[in-house]
Amino acid sequence: MCRAQEEEDERYSEAVRRRPELGLEQKCMKCKERSAVLIIRIGDAFCKDCFKEYFVHKFRAMLGKKRLIYPGEKVLLALSGGPASSSMFQQVQEGLSRDAPKKLRFVPGLVHIDEGAVRRQSLKEREKMVAEMESVLKMSGFPYQIIALEEVGRYRAVIQVFNLPSSVVQWVSKDIPDMADDYKAAVDGFLGHHTGVENAESGSRTCVQTKLAELSIEEPEPAASTGTFCLPSAQSTQALKQLFDSVRSLTAKEELLHTLRSHLLVHTARAQGYSKLMLGDSCTRLAVKFLTNISLGRGAFLAMDTGFSDRRYGDVVLVRPMREYSLKEISFYNQMFLVPTVFSPALNSKPSEKGSIHQLTETFINKLQSDFPSTVSTVYRTSEKLNVASSVEGPESVSAARCLFCLCPLDTRVEKASAFHATLISEHLSQRKSLDLPEAAVKKCCAESEERRCCKKPAARGSTTSRADERLNLLDLLCYGCRVTTKDLTTLDHLPHYVRSEADHRTHRTAMKKEIQEFLLHENADLEYVLKT
Amino acid sequence: MEVATRMRQNRHTLMLLARGCASLSLATEARPESNCGCAELLTGGGGGTWMFWRNLNTMPVCCNSCLEKNAVLKRPKTGHSLCKECFFTAFEEEVHQTIMSGQLFQRGETVGIGASGGKDSTVLAHVLKVLNERHDYGLALLLLSVDEGITGYRDDSLETVKRNQQQYDLPLKIVSYEELYGWTMDDIVKQVGLKNNCTFCGVFRRQALDRGAMILGVDKICTGHNADDIAETVLMNVLRGDIARLRRCTAVATGSEGAIPRCKPLKYAYEKEIVLYAYFKKLDYFSTECVYSPNAYRGHARAFLKDLEALRPSTILDIIHSGEHLSVKEDVRMPVQGNCSRCGYISSQALCKACVLLEGLNRGLPKLGIGKHQKLHHKLLAQEPLTEQERRKLKVLDL
Repeated sequence: MCRAQEEEDERYSEAVRRRPELGLEQKCMKCKERSAVLIIRIGDAFCKDCFKEYFVHKFRAMLGKKRLIYPGEKVLLALSGGPASSSMFQQVQEGLSRDAPKKLRFVPGLVHIDEGAVRRQSLKEREKMVAEMESVLKMSGFPYQIIALEEVGRYRAVIQVFNLPSSVVQWVSKDIPDMADDYKAAVDGFLGHHTGVENAESGSRTCVQTKLAELSIEEPEPAASTGTFCLPSAQSTQALKQLFDSVRSLTAKEELLHTLRSHLLVHTARAQGYSKLMLGDSCTRLAVKFLTNISLGRGAFLAMDTGFSDRRYGDVVLVRPMREYSLKEISFYNQMFLVPTVFSPALNSKPSEKGSIHQLTETFINKLQSDFPSTVSTVYRTSEKLNVASSVEGPESVSAARCLFCLCPLDTRVEKASAFHATLISEHLSQRKSLDLPEAAVKKCCAESEERRCCKKPAARGSTTSRADERLNLLDLLCYGCRVTTKDLTTLDHLPHYVRSEADHRTHRTAMKKEIQEFLLHENADLEYVLKT
Repeated sequence: MEVATRMRQNRHTLMLLARGCASLSLATEARPESNCGCAELLTGGGGGTWMFWRNLNTMPVCCNSCLEKNAVLKRPKTGHSLCKECFFTAFEEEVHQTIMSGQLFQRGETVGIGASGGKDSTVLAHVLKVLNERHDYGLALLLLSVDEGITGYRDDSLETVKRNQQQYDLPLKIVSYEELYGWTMDDIVKQVGLKNNCTFCGVFRRQALDRGAMILGVDKICTGHNADDIAETVLMNVLRGDIARLRRCTAVATGSEGAIPRCKPLKYAYEKEIVLYAYFKKLDYFSTECVYSPNAYRGHARAFLKDLEALRPSTILDIIHSGEHLSVKEDVRMPVQGNCSRCGYISSQALCKACVLLEGLNRGLPKLGIGKHQKLHHKLLAQEPLTEQERRKLKVLDL
């Protein structure tokens, strides 16, 4: 076992030994006056007031230290109703209240996504849960919106919106310098830009919005301020259920749900001009997610998937301010200060420990945590030390191909000595009779898939494309992790329209590009791709 | 003896295969003269294996690859059904691919195969010999074994290695802890007890292999680490927060850091497929757990990985893919590699771990090398005496 861990465990046992007999008469280790009510970490006893102060301070300190959110910026809080996000919601409310010492200065909005259709809830149950959620959201006085997951089926152009304009991405990288090199300048820049946009009604942001308005759908958006929830049509619920029924494994279902939810959240943020999206992932949650994502083959994106900020969408930045709280702390806080939470059922009907990789990992981490109390913090600290793969970041990434599902830069263009190629070889070798030299085998693998979407049939969109081809084409557009998920889909027919049409579109563009390759002056003519619409 | 080993091995193979059957169902070996449509013959299997054979398909399945013969197994890695010959070809070809794409060897090199007598190293030795002839790598292969001095475990497994030496006609060199360090593992356990003994064994073995290789003058060492081992190590390093090892543990070859470069040609081979290969090739290998209980913490990671594999067989390679694509922040402090000032072996400290452990053993302070005691290194180097308090801390508590 690791030395660091051994030491920590040693310290733990020492702390346990040193700890005076626990009892009601023990004093808070901070104010040393009031009697302690709970123990956080190892042997640190806090009274109720000091615990609250500690909890509140941690939230502000996190946001203050990272300096990512600007005064007056519109921030959308994604609330599931679970303990962590409810606690985050409460912290924001607290921080914005008039008598808060270091007042938060952003403009919050709330969004809840109702996933009842995939969580096997009846209409009645869903209505009840939505009503419960609504009453919680209403009290805050912030603008809020409750959206059904079925909405993903409505948006025909979400993905195109995602990829929108390189101008959006460039704008981001230009105006918001990385981290707090010069926060003040960044804030000034932000404010200047903000008013500029509002006054002149020009600039990329407005551009995005007009485009969005054009692209999005027949039905008008619900009013920006407060969206009253209307149950989705039975038809769209059916379509969503069909999609999830076509997924073979619970693991893939969880991943698919995560993908669709992210799309919907980012779309909502964009449509209403929010530039930050706050997620309530706790430290415990992130440690589980970290290990889960490693098992899912998403190692290249760990920094994005579990880091404090996530810029994969360009104009909407994901922020995780709850990442230093353990789930235990959060639960204690919620219970002591009566933070309302809303329960939502799990994805599978029969809860079991070994249903999906997600559940398996969660059970594993929790079990280990009870034996080795430093597990979660160690995994969390490991995640702190990673960043987005260098090959994947940098100026080229603006135009580099991104995964159709998760918007991460593709990690499948790798050299031959890799696990990815090893799987291709294995699949090739165990399928058809082949006495080819394996050298050729790999080439053949690639060549074949290219041949299939070859330029001879560029207009193969629609009826003439066979299913196998469509699958191959789709896989080509995905990162390693999303490929693995897609392999568990029995059919692609039920994927939301925007995903399929964008896949078609990209495949078509690749074919076109191949045809004109020799006339292109820059290898990097993908910029043109981004500007196409 | 021979028979007893065989039987034990056979039972072990079946046990290994039966474990986590969800992803692996082994069809029976077809009769040599049988063709598609012919009834299948059950081989092997005593009473204890009945559960295992029960899950067989009664209908013969055609091999997915040659489309002619009856399939005898379902590949744990891909789920395809293959006949024996196609499986051998695929397995060997994949190892060949790993060797070629990773440029593991150069023509004319002498390569030492770390041989423990277990399934991985036995299969590695066999496959390397076959590939070396088939593809004319031009390598001189030899077997390299370490005798830790564990009665009832290593002495038996070394017998297997000696048989392998004759079967494969490869030279064999055995280096022992006793000659290198003056301690056998049996003696160490007597002093240290069963708690941290694996630390001693692991650290000493790494060096012993290098020293043996130096004695033989080999250019490279290759070890039988399989895909499961590597995935497990990735998980372990995450759980331990060992970022430096996390970054390098998926490398197929480690060159610059050590005295002699090492590589893992079975990096992408599933443990289950290695067992299948050994089983169908009827390879002679030794299979007993070490008598000094296995490392408990690693056991957690191992059990977790098995559960993951049962849910989704590709997980093992998925984890390796993840490990290959991790990217560490530039500002994270990494240990700087230097050399041990006593023995000259690579070390990030003034004294290498093996020297500290050895010093602890010789001074009767076995905990010297367990945990962090770098502050004491200069005292050790200067041969200064330790204070009574320090001594007390480093002794084993007698319970």
